[in-house]
Amino acid sequence: MELLDAFLPYLLPIVYAVAMISVFMGLCSYSVLAERKVCSWIQGRVGPNRTRVPLLGHIPILGNLLTGLGIFQPAADGLKFLFKEEIVPGHVNKFYYMLAPVLALAPALTTMVVLPFGRYVDADGITQPLVLANVDLGMLIILGISSLGVYGIVLAGWASNSKYPFLGGIRASAQMISYELAMGLALLPVFMWAATPGSDYGMSLFGAVQSQQTLWLFIWQPLSALIFLVALFAETNRLPFDMAESETDLVGGFHTEYGCFKFGLFFVAEYAHVIMGSALFVLLFLGGWNFLPGLADPWGESLIGTLLSIAWFTTKVFFMIFFFIWMRWTLPRFRYDQVMSLGWKILLPLAVGNLVFNTIIIALYDTFTR
Amino acid sequence: MAKTKVLERKPLTPMEKTFLPQIVSGLKTTFGTMMQKDVTLQYPEERPNIPDNYRGVPTLVKDPNGREKCVSCQLCEFVCPPKAIRMTPGGIDAEADPERAHVEKAPKEFDINMLRCIYCGLCQEVCPEEAIFLQDVFSLSGYSREEMINNKEKLYELGGTLPDQHSKWDKKKAAEQSGNAH
Ligand code: SF4
Ligand code: SF4
Repeated sequence: MELLDAFLPYLLPIVYAVAMISVFMGLCSYSVLAERKVCSWIQGRVGPNRTRVPLLGHIPILGNLLTGLGIFQPAADGLKFLFKEEIVPGHVNKFYYMLAPVLALAPALTTMVVLPFGRYVDADGITQPLVLANVDLGMLIILGISSLGVYGIVLAGWASNSKYPFLGGIRASAQMISYELAMGLALLPVFMWAATPGSDYGMSLFGAVQSQQTLWLFIWQPLSALIFLVALFAETNRLPFDMAESETDLVGGFHTEYGCFKFGLFFVAEYAHVIMGSALFVLLFLGGWNFLPGLADPWGESLIGTLLSIAWFTTKVFFMIFFFIWMRWTLPRFRYDQVMSLGWKILLPLAVGNLVFNTIIIALYDTFTR
Repeated sequence: MAKTKVLERKPLTPMEKTFLPQIVSGLKTTFGTMMQKDVTLQYPEERPNIPDNYRGVPTLVKDPNGREKCVSCQLCEFVCPPKAIRMTPGGIDAEADPERAHVEKAPKEFDINMLRCIYCGLCQEVCPEEAIFLQDVFSLSGYSREEMINNKEKLYELGGTLPDQHSKWDKKKAAEQSGNAH
């Protein structure tokens, strides 16, 4: 018993981390399913509706319902990737070729460490975030690490030693650089308002959520929200910005030479980025787990309240994921030069202007209310 | 030479230049289609409606009294552009059908190679006895080339019986009974 007590502080974080990774990976595979289903509905089709697992799929009515919704499809997809023949083209640089998918997925999974997903009220009556690591610099960590994901793509493009992946890799890096700037600049006003002098939250995402109790940031910072959203689409390499993949002109882009599970890793990484992006947008602009603008926290202090806050947060994240998918099947892909000019000539000046404008407002506010 | 007419395009309004209204209306459209009914046919369970004049797999048919209609005239064999039809004419068994024996012939063997057939329908058009019809079967599969050749039994099985407008044998009998056989 004493031994357990001694180890508990070390054991518990590991258990939490494993639990969170499992949930997150589950979400990833189901967002793949959501993508396929929403896409098929938009196109007037049915989508995956045949995969049936034994027992569970044969419960009279429920089984048919679940099968029709494609609930068992992710299992089939994953197994398919696992059991495919492992093909490594002869012309690639083996080591980097193998490393690239891992490098693409790891950053996306790392960022979730600082992602708060709910709140609880501790023994002293203080509201605390539910998060693996509650650090002050949450946002900086996310910005820093999530953009490392592009190295996986660039490396894949380079190691594949073939022209289409190479072009894909180059595009991905160019796009990442252009939109990273606008994204960071769009976020600054948010934290300038959220982290007022004297507040002890700093750059933490929890602080950003707590500051939105009365008014969601997306309502009074719509420009920041818009710039951030566009940049988010670009950063996650989703249509209309999927320059790196761009099937029509680059075959498959950076993953042209990849197959089986290595391709699966890239695939999961893309959805991991989507989920992270959605969660981030919800935290920063859609009030996190706050119920509605003006009605922040109707859930009580008990465990139920905590669970409700998590549920509400997840609902919003699901909506954002749906929005990502919905957008993808609505808009055509931009041309490469359009993407660049949108990033450098429109979003960046807008973000700078927005920053200056907010700085002036804050300065005036501080001068006249002191 | 016809002159190309250049259409005047209205310049975009500032709001349109941001693309945002277009994106919103696009999102509205896709959301609308999401709510609509699916057009997918769940194929093996649900079958499409085949119109009457559909040109599917060529088949041999029998008349309502169960007689073979084909008289092995071989016209279809000769007309078939890709030479998909191969037949051997034969006689009719005098024991089984004394009435028709030595009057008509019937195919001994009748093979249609479905790997050659182009579904042109010429065989149906040329047949003087209305014995061969392209009906509603449209999906064929097999593991070998031999399996894809429909033999006589298969052709009759696929064809079944179709209503006959002429019923020449019945008319002949009626004429004989009323004493006016030719
Ligand atoms: S449909 Fe045309 S190709 Fe096919 S068997 Fe008849 S005549 Fe030949
Ligand atoms: S199917 Fe018709 S055309 Fe062909 S041999 Fe028989 S009677 Fe003649």
